Amino acid sequence: MQRFLMRRFFLMIITLFAVSMIIFVMARVSGDPRNLLLDEMATDEQWELLGKELGLDKPYYQQYAIFMGGVLQGDFGVSLQQDRPVMEIISERVVPTLQLGGAAFLLALIVGIPLGVLSAVKRGSILDQVGRAVALIGQAAPSFWLGIMFIFIFAVGLDLVPPSGRYEWNSFILPTITLAWGGFLAGSLRLMRSAMLDTLDSEYVKLARAKGLSTRSIIWKHAFRNALIPPLTLAGVSMPAILTGSITTELVFAWPGMGQLAVQALFAADYPLIQGLTIMFTLGYVFVALLVDVLYAYIDPRIRYT
Amino acid sequence: MTDVSAFAPPQPVWVRAFRAVLRWRRPVLIIPVLILTSVVVAGITADWISPHHPEKGVLVDRLSPPFWSGEITELKTVVPGSPLQKTNVTVDQITEHDAKRIDPDVAVGSQITVVTRPEGTTKYLLGTDHLGRDLLTRIIHGARISLVMAALTLLVGGTMGTVLGLTAGWYGGWIDEAVMRLVDIILALPLILIALVLVVALGPSFQLIVGIMAIAIWPLFTRVTRGEVLRVKTADYVALARVSGAGTLRIMFVHILPGITNSVIVVATLLVGVVILLEAALSFLGAGVPKPTPAWGLMLSEGRDYIAKAWWISTFPGLAIFLTVLSLNLFGDWLRDALDPRLRQLE
Repeated sequence: MQRFLMRRFFLMIITLFAVSMIIFVMARVSGDPRNLLLDEMATDEQWELLGKELGLDKPYYQQYAIFMGGVLQGDFGVSLQQDRPVMEIISERVVPTLQLGGAAFLLALIVGIPLGVLSAVKRGSILDQVGRAVALIGQAAPSFWLGIMFIFIFAVGLDLVPPSGRYEWNSFILPTITLAWGGFLAGSLRLMRSAMLDTLDSEYVKLARAKGLSTRSIIWKHAFRNALIPPLTLAGVSMPAILTGSITTELVFAWPGMGQLAVQALFAADYPLIQGLTIMFTLGYVFVALLVDVLYAYIDPRIRYT
Repeated sequence: MTDVSAFAPPQPVWVRAFRAVLRWRRPVLIIPVLILTSVVVAGITADWISPHHPEKGVLVDRLSPPFWSGEITELKTVVPGSPLQKTNVTVDQITEHDAKRIDPDVAVGSQITVVTRPEGTTKYLLGTDHLGRDLLTRIIHGARISLVMAALTLLVGGTMGTVLGLTAGWYGGWIDEAVMRLVDIILALPLILIALVLVVALGPSFQLIVGIMAIAIWPLFTRVTRGEVLRVKTADYVALARVSGAGTLRIMFVHILPGITNSVIVVATLLVGVVILLEAALSFLGAGVPKPTPAWGLMLSEGRDYIAKAWWISTFPGLAIFLTVLSLNLFGDWLRDALDPRLRQLE
């Protein structure tokens, strides 16, 4: 267990290091920041002075150390566009993103797991067909397209919910469904179904049947618990889709979160901001991955010893 | 439950044959294959079959709806006003100046029927976008872009991943360890954000996007290839090849590679959809191929601002992505079951 966790933790550190390197190198490749901060009239002395101030006169490894020192203290510099500390801008956006992500994750679990189990238990039934259709759509339709279609049908056409923004509870409905369906729901449903089929076919479930236990008890007590393991790993595997989904969903619904901010920063070429956002997103990303690994190792003892 | 079938007469041969065909040939697969074929044909022949120019629009014909849509008219009250002061005109009002262009005899205070959306024409089968460009033409050209990008990405990423997987699996030891740790790291990176950072830093370009997507997918090839090599490595024919004096490279590429091609093909097929979706997401976010290239994701994002007025701009490119990826997934699933059922665990 400890060896496994150490390994995952080590991987997390390397990932963070790699991302910080990429960001640092890109910042240098994209050009001298002085071109943005100074105008053409600036004298050579001003140029040199600002270079000293920004630490551009030092060798690259020292610049990287200074950059990392700032990052570790939560200092990502100042946004070019808004002229405020990047950290301040990001901290205003964290809560909406977490709310939307959490709601979508819950919805995906609440719909995906029971539907997956029932699809497996009643294979070939109408419910199974519905589950298959839901999963196929979720895997093939871009989540941003689903979102736009939802806005067109339910907000513009039927006028049931607000088309965008984050206001009353009903403004959460469309973004949550969009993010859940396009991200985690399809995967959790499909995996839950196949895992359930596997366990229902296993020896110990057959033994439970032979003992004369009730079907309900067999499904929920014996098979379900073991079938939960594969879908859990999915949370780790489908992180890229969830991340992409949360950025595009926020953009579609004008949701005031970090994803929308990232796209705005992209269009404004606000480098410090997008840099800070990337680091924050990466932190969240690797943290979730680590959490999943720990949970996985906790539930499935076989993992701890490999 | 009593087994009735044991007592019933056997079913006629043709019924059993039909059932077998249904079970094994999957007639449902005809639709996805048809869709995929038309997407490929559209991509190849885009320049000849497109009715209009993909990037030059006719501004007068902007926001024209699909051909089956009817005219939408509204009754508006005429209010005084010149073209310069339109600010205090509500939705159900029209200025005298504008109304005079429809009907020169109209008086202030009377009501007039105004066409708010023209009829669809067969000139633009799926309608036009906000710049008067034909949607059908752009979707056909978008098919080419999606296919070319997906093909290049899979070629670059697939080759890289397969070669690394072969090497890691064959040599084992520290090479294997190094390659597989690299795989773990790449898979742990939030690549969509790194793509955004790279595009901001280097500017959007075709090569950059393909490069980023290739980096995102090669680890998946490496994982599968490596696993397959480990399985095939101990086969008798590999040992015999070595006894007969074949070199390492020859064994790897002539003896082992053909044995694992099926798996690589299945992985590639299942990934085409993933790559198309990734490319669409990147261009939707503004980090894909630069405008005015008719990429599906880009068209979708352009139509977003017009969703209330012109639903077709976003709907059709999205439908194109959806149907293509859906067909690819169904086809890939079938191919996997047919060629290599063991890969099921890939999900």
